[in-house]
Amino acid sequence: MSDAPLNHPEIRRLTPVLAPGHTYESVTEKISDVVLTRPIGIGWLAGFAVAFSLLMMLTVAITWLIAKGVGIWGINIPIGWGFAIVNFVWWIGIGHAGTLISAILFLLNQKWRTSINRFAEAMTLFAVACAGLFPLIHTGRPWMAYYMFPYPSSMGIWPQFRSPLIWDVFAVSTYGTVSLLFWFVGLIPDLATLRDRAPHKWQQYIFGGLALGWRGSARHWHRYQSAYLLLAGLATPLVLSVHTVVSFDFSVAIVPGWHTTIFPPYFVAGAIYSGFAMVLTIAIPLRAAYGLQDFITMRHLENMAKVMLATGLIVAYGYFFEFFLSEYSGNKFDVFLVQQRLHGPYAPFYYTLILCNILTPQLLWFQKVRRNVAALFVLSLVINTGMWLERFVIVVISLTRDFMPSAWGRYSATVWDYATFAGTLGLFTTLLFLFARALPAISIAEMRELVAHQSEEHE
Amino acid sequence: MSKREFMDEHSHKHHESHEPEDGLRILSATHGADEVAPAPMTEHKLDLAAVRAKLQSKTGKQYWRSLEELAEDPHFAELLQREFPRQAPSEWDEGVDRRDFLKLMAASLAFAGLSGCGLPPQEHIVPYVKQPDGMTLGKPLFFATVMPFGADAIGLLVESHEGRPTKIEGNPDHPASLGGTNAFAQASILDLYDPDRAQITTNFGDMRSWSQFLDSAQAAAAAIKSVSGAGLRILTGTITSPCVIDELQALLKLYPQAKWHQWEPAVSDGGREGAKLAFGRYLNTVYRVDKADVILSLDSDFLAMGPGNVRYMKDFYRRRKLTGPTSEMNRLYAVEPTPTVTGATADHRLPMRASDVEIFARALAAKLGLGGAGAAAPGTEKWLDAVAADLQKHRGTSLVVAGEQQSAEVHALAHAMNGALGNSGVTVYQTEPVEATPVNHLQSMTELCADMDAGKVDTLLILGVNPIYTAPHDFDFTSKIQKVRNTIHVSSHFDETSAYAQWHVGESHFLETWGAARAFDGTLSVVQPLIAPLYSTHSAREVLAAFGDNPGVSDYDALRDKLKTANPGVDFEKFWRKTLNDGVVANSAFPPIAGSGSKFSAASLPVVKTLPSDQLEFIFRPDPSVYDGRFANNGWLQELPKPVTKLVWDNAALVSSKTAENLDFTHKTASRGGEHGQIISNVIDISLSNSKVSAAAWTLPGQADGVVVLPLGYGRSRAGYTGTNKGFNAYVVRTSNALFTATGGTVEKTGEQYPLACTQYHFNMEGRQILVAGTLNEYQQNPNFAHEHDEKPPYDDSLYKPQDFPYAGKPAWAMSIDLNSCNGCNACVVACVSENNIPVVGKDQVMRGREMHWIRIDRYYEAESATNDPSSYSDTLDNPKTFFQPVPCQQCENAPCEQVCPVGATVHSSEGLNDMVYNRCIGTRYCSNNCPYKVRRFNFLRFQDWETPQLKLLRNPEVTVRSRGVMEKCTYCVQRISNARIEAEKQNRPIRDGEIVTACEAACPAEAIIFGDQNDPNSRVSKLKAQQRNYTILGELNSRPRTTYLAAVRNPNPEMDKA
Repeated sequence: MSDAPLNHPEIRRLTPVLAPGHTYESVTEKISDVVLTRPIGIGWLAGFAVAFSLLMMLTVAITWLIAKGVGIWGINIPIGWGFAIVNFVWWIGIGHAGTLISAILFLLNQKWRTSINRFAEAMTLFAVACAGLFPLIHTGRPWMAYYMFPYPSSMGIWPQFRSPLIWDVFAVSTYGTVSLLFWFVGLIPDLATLRDRAPHKWQQYIFGGLALGWRGSARHWHRYQSAYLLLAGLATPLVLSVHTVVSFDFSVAIVPGWHTTIFPPYFVAGAIYSGFAMVLTIAIPLRAAYGLQDFITMRHLENMAKVMLATGLIVAYGYFFEFFLSEYSGNKFDVFLVQQRLHGPYAPFYYTLILCNILTPQLLWFQKVRRNVAALFVLSLVINTGMWLERFVIVVISLTRDFMPSAWGRYSATVWDYATFAGTLGLFTTLLFLFARALPAISIAEMRELVAHQSEEHE
Repeated sequence: MSKREFMDEHSHKHHESHEPEDGLRILSATHGADEVAPAPMTEHKLDLAAVRAKLQSKTGKQYWRSLEELAEDPHFAELLQREFPRQAPSEWDEGVDRRDFLKLMAASLAFAGLSGCGLPPQEHIVPYVKQPDGMTLGKPLFFATVMPFGADAIGLLVESHEGRPTKIEGNPDHPASLGGTNAFAQASILDLYDPDRAQITTNFGDMRSWSQFLDSAQAAAAAIKSVSGAGLRILTGTITSPCVIDELQALLKLYPQAKWHQWEPAVSDGGREGAKLAFGRYLNTVYRVDKADVILSLDSDFLAMGPGNVRYMKDFYRRRKLTGPTSEMNRLYAVEPTPTVTGATADHRLPMRASDVEIFARALAAKLGLGGAGAAAPGTEKWLDAVAADLQKHRGTSLVVAGEQQSAEVHALAHAMNGALGNSGVTVYQTEPVEATPVNHLQSMTELCADMDAGKVDTLLILGVNPIYTAPHDFDFTSKIQKVRNTIHVSSHFDETSAYAQWHVGESHFLETWGAARAFDGTLSVVQPLIAPLYSTHSAREVLAAFGDNPGVSDYDALRDKLKTANPGVDFEKFWRKTLNDGVVANSAFPPIAGSGSKFSAASLPVVKTLPSDQLEFIFRPDPSVYDGRFANNGWLQELPKPVTKLVWDNAALVSSKTAENLDFTHKTASRGGEHGQIISNVIDISLSNSKVSAAAWTLPGQADGVVVLPLGYGRSRAGYTGTNKGFNAYVVRTSNALFTATGGTVEKTGEQYPLACTQYHFNMEGRQILVAGTLNEYQQNPNFAHEHDEKPPYDDSLYKPQDFPYAGKPAWAMSIDLNSCNGCNACVVACVSENNIPVVGKDQVMRGREMHWIRIDRYYEAESATNDPSSYSDTLDNPKTFFQPVPCQQCENAPCEQVCPVGATVHSSEGLNDMVYNRCIGTRYCSNNCPYKVRRFNFLRFQDWETPQLKLLRNPEVTVRSRGVMEKCTYCVQRISNARIEAEKQNRPIRDGEIVTACEAACPAEAIIFGDQNDPNSRVSKLKAQQRNYTILGELNSRPRTTYLAAVRNPNPEMDKA
């Protein structure tokens, strides 16, 4: 993740993190106008309509699910986990980029993160919301899911703390909470800006309330920055822990294909990989739609591409090591699993996964590709697909053929599986559409800081 | 009044579209215009809405003088008929006048009163084993009874909870059971509660009271008597009940020209005619399998089908119990066209076409010095020589068994061979026939059809059989039955035949009636009812009696009279109580006929022609699940994976892999369910004997080439909700001249495909330590052969230290399953379903891989080369060694499922049980994913039927009825453990070994499953586990299962290998 080439003055000139010529005023205006004054366009409406329809489909799918039971999905014995868990892991992975960008890159003092951290964080929250839905609805009796929490039960029963699913409950809920706090704290100065610029009384009330009385005093800024730094410090280990814990769901189990020690780092890398892909998938249309090319510049896109390339290589290493370990250990179940992935009935999924996650991203070695917005967009979609397939391969295919050949089976998703998955895409995009209109998608305060830095550099 | 208003409201809804003028006319009628004649049917419409509207429009109280003013109207009758078609008495067809109407009303009121006041005469039933002072609620009682089945009857003990039978066990005192049962007996309890059963007596589909039937029968009887019975025909299946036979004989005496015919579709006349050939008359053959060291089965599935199968299984497997490498075993050779459970687990199996079995038998007979010039088919000589030598080596302790579907010649040859080998009177003996009047069924049926066709049959009484469905198609029973003026059909369901009968009487279940039946060896038992008939059903004997001169005698009185006259000079009440208590009439088995040596010489047989090898042979076999179709509406049996094919809910035309290759049949594993659920097969058209049927084709390893097996019992058009239109109807292509083996047919692949539900398609163990098997020789050489490939980790190799839970000072429940004794007969599976309220999920759900059985029987074929290369299977596909492995929950001490449950819904008990807490389960299914044995079952949908009232009676009150969203699995019958523990604690003693018997263990006729306390070194289970054959499935996972297995040991003939 070296920033070295970027420090080359020539390249820096070509690809600044903020286009030249911006002032405090222009930055503030450009970003806050999207929220405050810009009329709702036909494009937004059309996009929102599509997203909202998908969200409605999700409500139908969940209603039917609760009315009939999880049997409406394609799961069976031996494949007890299907799309729901695949989607859960996929969404949680996507939810990694936001906090990573905000917290880790903040701590590493990577200024280029500034213009993308806000919506990346929002994306994280929405992805976690989508992810959190699945463990709840995939249970046979979702109305009893509160058994997973250590509430003071009159029967004195606790959750079973040896189960990774309980660790999941804590890991995901902690991550969701800290991400929300981090996002909200970062929003406070901008909310105050919006309060001050809002043309309508009701907007002033709402933004004013949310700004928590921010006046921008030096003391406020001092406290704010300490708090933000602390939260960044708190969020950083979570980025690593959440997906580590999610990977425990599999690695703690004894199922061949799940039970492997490489899962935690490999899952974290995969999460960042897919997270950055999703940030790109969102940032590229967003900057085009709202004319934010000045703020989300080519340099951002290129940096993200580099992160993807790096994490993609870690993921490739993970795949390789899964193979190596199974062959090296000689464990007959693991060896068989590798054979299954390569030659079994689900081999096409595995080869598509390799194509999407390992082969295609190698194009990112080329600067031409990294600087081609259209190519990056396509690549980000390819990687997202690949990462979804990776979870499918791990979760589902491992379960189809485990220890007892007599119990081997196959999995095929039903229309309700697809509806639920598409429905969460709807939920995610609906929230994004609302976010883009209701809150500043780029941090105004931090952009102004960037303007200050830039002018300092010029001087 | 409110009810009347509701009626009006109801009618109003149906008739609001009618024109008001009609209503006005009716209204004028209600006002007393008696002279208004009813208009013709088509024009006249009754508009109660208008009547009601008119009545409402009047002020003050309104009166109409009587209902008859409405009832007189034919359209009102028609309306009633439409609304309540079964309840509308036929008299109304002609219109009812006021007097008749009132008479009917009065009569029905009186009947209602009668049934409310009168009690049926008291009939005592005696509980077995425990005689309580009074019934303790919540404590089940056990009653002895017997289930008649063909020429056999299995003695049962039936568990009764507060008067409702819930579970069937074998009667240890009954010779046909010795405590074991089979899948049919276990499932028969579901038939009792089948909501589709015929519940009433009907005439042309209209409900009739029993007295109406009696009147009608007596009127018919008078007419019959006037012609001394000419025109009366009675058709039954095989009957062993002396009561029914008495009644039949009485009728035949009363009506000398009446005739009795018998038709049992799935059993050939070969057995009867074979005995006639050999001994000159019909005789019953009983095997003493326990005395035989070497057994040859000539296409006989004697361990799973046919008279005495449960007993034979007991005897057979008791001779295969190994206590150590010095133990001895019997040896079984099987020659058969298609793998049965008997043949599949034989020590040597030779697949050959059914018609070749006779050639083989002749050759063997010649070899044994019985004359004839039989030569074995090429390629089988060495096999035959080895068998002949082995049989001769074991003179007097060998046994040749001929199959139920084989020809008379094969049976006669088997008798002759047994005679020549000195087995007669030792391992096999003959008795008087168990059936009262044995006849050649095919001949009997032919005569009946001829008489029907000739118009000689005026009254036809069909008792229990379903000839429209089962008769050979060339008899065209459907058109012939229409020539009979009056057909009375008695059957449990309103089936294919009932639809053509004038009268239909719902037949009582054997758990509802008094009766008697003889077992395979002649032992007489009393059929003791466990419950009063659930519906207005009657027994076959009652219907017969209705045509006699003493129609009112109850089954109970008839039975007692019969027993009283048959047992003079005993204290009858004492005898009666003892008989009911024991479930058998003491010493009633038929004595062996001394010196019944075979008078048969193989040389006397005409020459047989070998079927050209390019011709297909079609054989008809009873289905292992639904038999001849009588169990088609039994959901437990429909969902029971057939032992060898593992198909459920369908039958399929079975072919060998080579034949399938030749005919280009393939299977495709569906993406939904896959190996554990759904296989797409080819649809084939079978043209045979001028008829045609479409069937799904299924390739079966081990089947003889060139044979197409057509299992009977499916394709029912009127079986009930569960059984109708499942599979294909093989009877359609079955003719009288080729009842069990047909040739000359063709098979053609259609372009269509058909999804079959198959619960286990994969048959290779992939070189894993799952089912361990060896030969007796290997076992003697290396008693530790089962552990050659063990990779057991250290005992305490776990984060959770086992020494923290030593299970000391308490029982440690454990199970030992002897794979040497399992032939996959499925009795345990149905027993488990019955005991544990396991739901039936239906074909669609099975195809998705969601069947709910807590114990499954895995079937593996031994592949000669243990590689993953499928092409290496080809050699073994022709005649693989087949092994069966029952897999219940392994009850791991270090259970992978427990560690991953987030809510602690599956936890360990102090006695080492892996318990499911249904109330706590939220259904994450993580436990199932982590279960290496995949024994957990999930309620993906609401699989239980909570509405049908009959099924509520069926359930075991000691086991939770699970709802959707929770996981379930085998509990080791924890309810039985608790019962025993409570009893033991009350008596302040430890639980005795054998006191707890799990449902599977109790049902197993082979005694393969033993449950007990492994902390007690003297328990049976401890001793079995101490054997070197004892191993755990996938021991390398360190799950430390409490269920362990004893490796299977086959006893092949060493000479055979040399050959």
